[in-house]
Amino acid sequence: MKDLYIYTLRIADCSLILGQRMCEWCSKGPTLEEDIALSNIGLDLFGQANGFYEYASKINGDKSADELAFKRNEREFFNFQISEQKNEHFGTTMVRNFLRDAFKYLFYTELKSSKDETLAALASKSIKEVKYHLRHSTNWVIRLGDGTNESNIKVQKSLDFLWQFTGEFFEMDEVDEKMLKKGIGVDNKRLKSEWDKIVNDTIDKAKLKKPKDGYMATGSKKGIHTEHLGLLLAEMQYLPRAYPDAKW
Amino acid sequence: MTEKATVWEVFIQSKNGLAHKHVGNVHAADKIMALENARELYTRRNEGSCIWVVKSSEIVSSESEDSEAFFDPSNDKMYRHPTFYSMPDGAKHI
Repeated sequence: MKDLYIYTLRIADCSLILGQRMCEWCSKGPTLEEDIALSNIGLDLFGQANGFYEYASKINGDKSADELAFKRNEREFFNFQISEQKNEHFGTTMVRNFLRDAFKYLFYTELKSSKDETLAALASKSIKEVKYHLRHSTNWVIRLGDGTNESNIKVQKSLDFLWQFTGEFFEMDEVDEKMLKKGIGVDNKRLKSEWDKIVNDTIDKAKLKKPKDGYMATGSKKGIHTEHLGLLLAEMQYLPRAYPDAKW
Repeated sequence: MTEKATVWEVFIQSKNGLAHKHVGNVHAADKIMALENARELYTRRNEGSCIWVVKSSEIVSSESEDSEAFFDPSNDKMYRHPTFYSMPDGAKHI
């Protein structure tokens, strides 16, 4: 049970943290249309997170979905480090989301056939949204990479920086292995070749250069994060912590 | 994408088989972006099953100063309306 709880929590955290990042764009988007698109993606991610938190809360029982989101500290979060990376300029946001969306799309596709019915159902619901998010981020990476000289240089820089956070996608720790053995979890390693295909194809179309695999960041499965997560949580959790049980 | 954002008109079909209805416009730099922006802005509340986007500049419109010449002549041609036929009771949607 503990493993399933951790496994579910990791998925939920990943969506919540990126959702929070996307909402930081609200009112700051490059155009009115894109502003709404970015917030819509954020809301989709909150919806996904909520589903997985509700399930985690049901498995464990001592914390509600809200408490899981708002009453845990940095070291208790298991989102991929890429999800907490700062928005920076619009191009960086799109590259970050693209790398992650491509993985999440493959991940949910596999999770759809999980032996755990709830996870399978949550994956089926999420995959439709993630498919759209991937389409949106892919098109922007191509548009900016194959855009002006300046936009190409900018997103190449973003890609070079964010590449180090893509190694985490394919890690398997003992929780992952146990879940895989039970037919509940996904074999992350096996997703690598498909992910490479999607990423190579887009990088080609975008006239970008694929970064070399060098140093890869790791640690989120153990609650280790970059310095950005603490600040994000401070902002996100402020209200429920300052005014416990506040209601709308 | 060197071209600047232009205005695109958005048409939504609410159900299969029904006509696409004009709902408004979006700014976009290319047709993919136009379609995605239209999806974000106009189908958030389950409004549609299909979207058309058309560059506003591609739409040919009649001019308001031509409206007399275009539309007034049909005012007094009552015989163009099928009001002289008695409709069978069963035909409701005419």
